[in-house]
Amino acid sequence: MIEAVGLTKRYGDKTAVHNLSFQVRPGAVTGFLGPNGSGKSTTMRMILGLDNPTAGSVTIGGHPYRKLPNAPRQVGALLDAKAVHGGRSARNHLLSLAQLSGIPARRVDEVLGVVGLQDVAKRRSKGFSLGMGQRLGIAAALLGDPQVLLFDEPVNGLDPEGIHWVRNLMKTLAAEGRTVFVSSHLMSEMALTADHLIVIGRGQLLADMSVTDFISANSADFARVRTPDTEPQLREKLTSALTEAGGHVLPEQDGALRVTGLALPRISDIAHDTDVRLWELSPHQASLEEAYMRMTQGAVDYRSTDDQKAGLQQPLPPGAQPPMPVPGQGQPGWYAPPPPQQGGQPFAAPQGAPGQAPAGPYGAPAAPGALPGGQPANPYAAQQPPRAQPVQQPSPAPVTDPTESEDAR
Amino acid sequence: MSTPQPPMPQAAPDWQAAPGSPYPTYTSPIPVVRTHLGHAIASEWTKIKSVRSTMWTLGVFVLLVLGLGLLTGAVVASSDTVVDGESPLALGFFGLLLGSICLITLGVLTTASEYGTGMVRTTMTACPSRGRVLAAKAIVFFLVAFVVTLVSATLVGLMHVTMLEGSGAGEPTGSEWLKGTVGVSLYVALLGMLSLAIGSIIRHSAGAITIMIGALLAPLVIALFMFSESLRDVQQALFEYSIPNQMSVFYANSLSDSGPSGWDPLWIMLGVTAVAFAGAFALLEKRDV
Repeated sequence: MIEAVGLTKRYGDKTAVHNLSFQVRPGAVTGFLGPNGSGKSTTMRMILGLDNPTAGSVTIGGHPYRKLPNAPRQVGALLDAKAVHGGRSARNHLLSLAQLSGIPARRVDEVLGVVGLQDVAKRRSKGFSLGMGQRLGIAAALLGDPQVLLFDEPVNGLDPEGIHWVRNLMKTLAAEGRTVFVSSHLMSEMALTADHLIVIGRGQLLADMSVTDFISANSADFARVRTPDTEPQLREKLTSALTEAGGHVLPEQDGALRVTGLALPRISDIAHDTDVRLWELSPHQASLEEAYMRMTQGAVDYRSTDDQKAGLQQPLPPGAQPPMPVPGQGQPGWYAPPPPQQGGQPFAAPQGAPGQAPAGPYGAPAAPGALPGGQPANPYAAQQPPRAQPVQQPSPAPVTDPTESEDAR
Repeated sequence: MSTPQPPMPQAAPDWQAAPGSPYPTYTSPIPVVRTHLGHAIASEWTKIKSVRSTMWTLGVFVLLVLGLGLLTGAVVASSDTVVDGESPLALGFFGLLLGSICLITLGVLTTASEYGTGMVRTTMTACPSRGRVLAAKAIVFFLVAFVVTLVSATLVGLMHVTMLEGSGAGEPTGSEWLKGTVGVSLYVALLGMLSLAIGSIIRHSAGAITIMIGALLAPLVIALFMFSESLRDVQQALFEYSIPNQMSVFYANSLSDSGPSGWDPLWIMLGVTAVAFAGAFALLEKRDV
């Protein structure tokens, strides 16, 4: 159990963490989310007693970290994978840590096996790749077989196998009754691992709730309805019928309709009653990534913008119009539509939709961003506040590689 | 693995095999021991012997002390210089003076390199009693530095006595042997300890090494250029209390007749090191890692 009360950290006149209070309970994976520079690592350092809070306090099992007897046996932490002396071999690094807390040397070889580094145990860690360094850091965290585990960005630089392993590891650790606190700036990653979320932005608490609560509180389900392209009048007919029945209808860029406030069978009935044929009627749920982006919208410190490539571009040919932004985009309560389903979908929308440049900190559309329910990732979730883009802008290749989102950072 | 672990049949930690029924809090099957300074010393010993910089600095140190000792011994033995009554041990001074730069480097690296690599965050997480870590580092480093210096100084002393036998040099007395080996080794090891404390305060290897080499050489260099009569006293003090002169006191060939004598340099260095350590401990507890 980790408990923070009014935790505040100021560096000079910059406040990194402001009045943060939360609890991390055992038996669950608690995700700690926030944009870059939102104070996640600072909070982690304060939990571990490395930084002294300017105000407030944080305790683990009722004690401040530095007052814990044999702390590494109770708390294991991966803070920074590169926080090792590169000249020392992996085994000696872990051995020195084990000796510090009276852990038998046998345990060192054991954790090296667990993280899969036994073959490079004698090699100097200077030559380790980011992923190997990350594994070494996880080995150090597991060394003391502790009740409380803190991981700061554990999947950074790991290969897909490693990511999968870390996810399962964290779930297993939590299932054993341990407290697992994982920071990340990838909501999609947390959706797959965490049971509970603590979201901070600019050092302040934005949310402290379970993942399911987070989704329902921050997103709305909607139905996508598509009428035959060939008969636009049907679309208007259906729109007015649906609105009459109490639904909220938003037109989408590719001609589909986004309906909220009506159940799917009801929409089907209304369509049938109004004599409108449907080409699509599908349920959708905004992804966790979207909910998270919306929540932290105002708290992003380092915001990327689209690369307009204006200096490289030919002027627009006469008559060509930049595409208009989708109505409603960027307004509160608006959720980007999930992309058309892959494969055999006759109405596939153009992939080069505006604002799709994977440039932001969350830019690479996170393919593993699917909800546990199995919905595909939503590349639109990568959207920053939309802007019209010139037609010629080469549409970025749609990202489908599930590893890219992790590695792209 | 004597602690009873009901849910787990084997003693080894079994967390990978997810238990079917999650239990509220986890207890490790590995017995938890109360840690003390001994654990930290074992850890620091592993650390100091597992990096190459230790081997390099100590290797160069031994080479300098023995090599320069051999050279000066050979030059003095072959020349006609009258060394009447002089203790042959004094010839070991040059090697040890240059060699002390290696020990300064090693001392600084013992603490400051952890800050450079970020290792310190791992260490301080694994041992939140920060003072214990610094104490363990100091003890391990002091023993290593003292033993290596003592062995080198004794070897060089024996070498010089043998080389200069019959050339008119005096036979060193017991107290001369003690000062020329144990005394000067303690002094040089303390100088390394001072560097270790400075490394912990500065937290930057290059900066701390520069400061220490400056402290070693600057007083002499500055004093050399103090021609003014009004600065005569300052110049004299700089000469007498400069580290090289303090070291030469152990060989009874000080630059001047006043100033520190006998075992004084050791007490001076002990005082300075103690003050530096007090500062290092206080800052370590107070600062963010």
